[in-house]
Amino acid sequence: MQDFSYLSAAGKERGALIKGLQMVQEKEGYISDAAISAVASHFALSEAEVEGVVSFYAQFKRNKPGKHQIAVCDGTACHIKGSTLIQEWISAETGIKAGETDADGFFSLSTVACLGCCSLAPVMSINGKVYGKLDRKALISILKNLRKNG
Amino acid sequence: MIKTIKIGTASCGLAAGAGELLEILRKEAGDIPVLEVGCIGHCYAEPLLELVTDSGSVFYSNVKADEKSIRSVLSLAPEGRFSIPEKRSSKEMLKVTRLAGKIDPVSYDAYKAEGGFSALEKALAMSSDALVDEIKKSGLRGRGGGGFPTGNKWQFLAAKKADQKILICNADEGDPGAFMDRSLMESVPYQVLEGMLIGAHATGATKLFIYCRAEYPLAIRNLKLAIKELEKRGITTIGNRKVEVIIKEGAGAFVCGEETSMIASLEGRRGTPRFRPPFPTDSGYMGYPTAINNVETFGNIPLIVREGAAAFASVGTEKSKGTKIFALAGDIKCPGLAEVPMGITLAEIVYDIGGAEPGTVKAVQTGGPSGGCIPADKFNTPVDYDSLNALGAIMGSGGLIVIGQNRCMVEAARYFLDFTHRESCGKCTFCRVGTKRMFETLERITKGDGLETDVPFLEDLGKKIKKGSLCGLGQTAPNPVLATIRYFKNEYDAHVKEKKCPALECGPLVDVAIDKSNCIKCKLCIKNCPVGAVSDSFVIDNSKCTRCNSCIEVCPKKTISRVEKGSGYSAVSGQL
Repeated sequence: MQDFSYLSAAGKERGALIKGLQMVQEKEGYISDAAISAVASHFALSEAEVEGVVSFYAQFKRNKPGKHQIAVCDGTACHIKGSTLIQEWISAETGIKAGETDADGFFSLSTVACLGCCSLAPVMSINGKVYGKLDRKALISILKNLRKNG
Repeated sequence: MIKTIKIGTASCGLAAGAGELLEILRKEAGDIPVLEVGCIGHCYAEPLLELVTDSGSVFYSNVKADEKSIRSVLSLAPEGRFSIPEKRSSKEMLKVTRLAGKIDPVSYDAYKAEGGFSALEKALAMSSDALVDEIKKSGLRGRGGGGFPTGNKWQFLAAKKADQKILICNADEGDPGAFMDRSLMESVPYQVLEGMLIGAHATGATKLFIYCRAEYPLAIRNLKLAIKELEKRGITTIGNRKVEVIIKEGAGAFVCGEETSMIASLEGRRGTPRFRPPFPTDSGYMGYPTAINNVETFGNIPLIVREGAAAFASVGTEKSKGTKIFALAGDIKCPGLAEVPMGITLAEIVYDIGGAEPGTVKAVQTGGPSGGCIPADKFNTPVDYDSLNALGAIMGSGGLIVIGQNRCMVEAARYFLDFTHRESCGKCTFCRVGTKRMFETLERITKGDGLETDVPFLEDLGKKIKKGSLCGLGQTAPNPVLATIRYFKNEYDAHVKEKKCPALECGPLVDVAIDKSNCIKCKLCIKNCPVGAVSDSFVIDNSKCTRCNSCIEVCPKKTISRVEKGSGYSAVSGQL
């Protein structure tokens, strides 16, 4: 049985539900079925209602992410600067598509609406660190380096 | 003599490598204080250093994070110096962003020393009525895109009698391509908070929320530090009531930028909009009277109070007063933030400030996925709320994406609908199903399977979605399609009738070919092709090729390119 007692820091008000879910995701990396039950009982809501909120917001993940979470920005600026190609190159290198985690749990890939670094387009972030002005060469070397350093 | 070194460590600076640079700089700088500052808006020059010397400041741009480069900068070498292009500085008017990138964002004293909180002090000496009146007189309109007069909104809230009144700062900057608000929150968080506290006095608000998207961790961090400092100093006490300032992190839903959705999200629910009336100023967060203003709107407030409504209103056009911050990105030389007086022309922004070469630009997209594109031949339009509306675009929050001649407008429209149909909350049928159908139709057209009836269908459906949707998302989602059909019908025709993409962007409508006359047989293309589409004799099998551009990127002689499907190059042999 997992321990979700840290949820008490969010308080019990309905308005803190999203905060509570964010805490879970920060700790666990994703929202598991067990977490849905725990959050539902903490806020005295039905599981369906919690699932409804989780599925509404793009930030919440229901699958366990990889050690290195790659988020490719697909904002307008990045898109016209070739973010589709960035995604393809990452997929070719890692073998996974957006929304997937690779077999050994090393990389996971997702797209985000906009990281707000449009002037450095195209950009991606890996575990929150933003990499800008990507071209194929820079991208491949970033991924290879991560692979090398574990 | 170098007195201080300032390094821009806002998100864009960090993404460009300011973090690594800072580490080495700290080691090399010895006794010279190194100060982390926000963003001055010249993102293309990041990482950017400002060396404050006895005889003024010297800037260095694109500084590399190695000891040699840093020593060269510390010796005030002439190489690598940066100066703001005069063409640009003559068009800009730094009012709201005056302190951005100049001061330590989280230092209360630094903000105070530059005149910070003098506006709050002045406001507190005024009556609420007089304050609301001053904002009304300034002519300030909401900077989030709607353009509703801020003073009027505040007056509605001020007139309400309730034990709790809520003022929300909309920091959910969800338009892809917009980053003005991020920069303000990261660079001058105290200024945004000062604006909010003035708002609290004007409207009698008891609780202040900042609804900030979770993708902006640095903005959230800086705001949190600033709020803590203000609470410690008792500045969040207005008159004799303590005002609560709470940061709420969004969770990634574009529709939450709409006010009733945002309120639902703050209440911990799915962020779906609801009917208005009742307007939030009558019944908003938890039923309390609520007003919502954008980050940049709040950023303008201290300026108005400090300099007076008349001074503020002396800038801009008849119906759009003051300055506007634009986030410039896309196919231009100098992307970044630019604060300009309302009424400046698009040409001045794109060419003089953005540094784009005339002739290379096809259009700009304003207002993100809710906006429209404006073709280059209309760039002499003055930028204000009403002129842009007249062109079928909107001011929006200030994202301005420059689209080059080499881009496909149908693909751009497809991209926006891909975004909006996924972000539609699903409440209104026209928006939920309609945007999906529009997206599928555009997808079909960009794949070369477009039907003659598709363009009229898109126009008809687009108009219906606008009428049949409750909130701003649905009401504006068809705009990018309608605007591109209006101005770039020829590109739609080329895709539908001739099955061609003039910009060579739509994968299924192009081939990739090697020009063998310049090929040096280095085999990089063969090694890098993920699907093995390049043969040992340097022929590309276009039936295997996924148009991923890997070979085009790696080719040292630039011999590989996209060509029109079935044109001069034979699709089978890949040769001329």
